[in-house]
Amino acid sequence: MLVIRRDLVDAMVAHARRDHPDEACGVIAGPYGSDRPERFIEMENAERSPTFYRFDAAEQLKVWREMDANDEVPVVIYHSHTATEAYPSRTDISFAGEPEAHYVLVSTRDPDEHELRSYRIVDGVVTEEPVKIIES
Amino acid sequence: MAVTVSIPTILRTHTGGEKSVSASGTTLAEIIDDLENNHGGLKARLVKEGTLHRFVNVYVNDEDVRFSGGLAAEVKDGDNVTILPAVAGG
Repeated sequence: MLVIRRDLVDAMVAHARRDHPDEACGVIAGPYGSDRPERFIEMENAERSPTFYRFDAAEQLKVWREMDANDEVPVVIYHSHTATEAYPSRTDISFAGEPEAHYVLVSTRDPDEHELRSYRIVDGVVTEEPVKIIES
Repeated sequence: MAVTVSIPTILRTHTGGEKSVSASGTTLAEIIDDLENNHGGLKARLVKEGTLHRFVNVYVNDEDVRFSGGLAAEVKDGDNVTILPAVAGG
């Protein structure tokens, strides 16, 4: 289960809405071993595409180094789908390289109602998990 | 020529859980061959058909090797090689 503060959920949705129709992506870092997302980091989608996303490699190195220095890990890795449901695509599954992260998908295909779901993706196997939003 | 290589979580099964290991070589290709000798299975996770796998980013110091020759990128004694899973999808 992903337990996450309301303001962090709102930040992901706002980012996804702002970049629509391109996919938005980012990370929420948290203390190592806590499984608690805390520090919201918007990443640039180097692809600037409505169907694909990729963290900019230089920005990713900088952010991963910061997390290392802070004893943090990427607790949440999020991205948006702008025309399809919030379920990992085949490419999402083949790239998923952080077995301990919660992969959060936000769909902005409906202009009024967003859809937000969370998954573990380990060795190509997708497992959806409940999302518990706590008031911040 | 020894360099330090940072290993991401997903590849640490090949290094007995170690976060960083040392390797030697003068190019990234040699470093990866040396890694493979000591930590079998790593090479297949990094290289496909003679080029770096698109699922990983490899940096020598702070430079993404995609812009500095890929597997032919030169490494010097004391350099830091960092491997990160590319974060991407559709």
